[in-house]
Amino acid sequence: MTDPMRIRASLTGDTVEVKVLMSHPMETGLRKDASGKLVPARYIKNVKASCKGKDVLTADWGPAVSKNPFLAFRFKGGAAGEKVTVTWTDTAGESRTDEAEIR
Amino acid sequence: MKMSRREFLQASATGTAMLAVFATGLMPSLAAATTSPLAVGDDRKQFEAQTLDDVVKALGGSKAQPSSDISLQAPPIAENGAVVPLVIESKLPGTRMIAIVSEKNPHALTATFHIPDGTEPYIMTRVKIAETSKVYALVQTDKGFFYTDQLVKVTLGGCGG
Repeated sequence: MTDPMRIRASLTGDTVEVKVLMSHPMETGLRKDASGKLVPARYIKNVKASCKGKDVLTADWGPAVSKNPFLAFRFKGGAAGEKVTVTWTDTAGESRTDEAEIR
Repeated sequence: MKMSRREFLQASATGTAMLAVFATGLMPSLAAATTSPLAVGDDRKQFEAQTLDDVVKALGGSKAQPSSDISLQAPPIAENGAVVPLVIESKLPGTRMIAIVSEKNPHALTATFHIPDGTEPYIMTRVKIAETSKVYALVQTDKGFFYTDQLVKVTLGGCGG
């Protein structure tokens, strides 16, 4: 549940491409476990990525984002050595923040 | 057929009782099977919408226009609906938000991404698609809502076990 995200931020020209792989079951509330009971819904609601204190991407997710979500996006204004910070919050209120250096 | 007042009353009373049984006994189980509630504490209205139009309304727009300036790359046939890779890129000026909508999912809206200044209108992610249906890439700009769509055939659904 609280496995760290894998974040890679690579600089090409003036654009930083960020790739994030999160570790989360993204339960829809429709899946049944081995004993036939419904697994309650639990999924990432919000994702926020920032660099130098400025948001570079925010996202609102529903249950239909795949398990162990993957996300890639690009932004301008980052430089090598600076850090990209990504935070997710799920419907159970749990959240996790990880960061990676732009290279 | 002639019916006395007494017979009529009895017949209609039985009918009403039958309806009541259906309404209270049967309907809740049907309703539970066809709709899926969002997680406890998730009251975001836009995720309750069932169609593209409703999603646009819930996000504060009126109607989305088709646009060829949005590119949506999705596999034409997804072997596994639980993991469908999507790439969305918008060439529309002033793109503020990118959303993914698939109408045959239990909740049409999959995700919204808010694009601040300095971030490119480009998103790559992986989503669940319940059954063969069109996937919409919905984009909000200063001028309103625009979309493009692509049919994704799913051979194995993305919901349930």
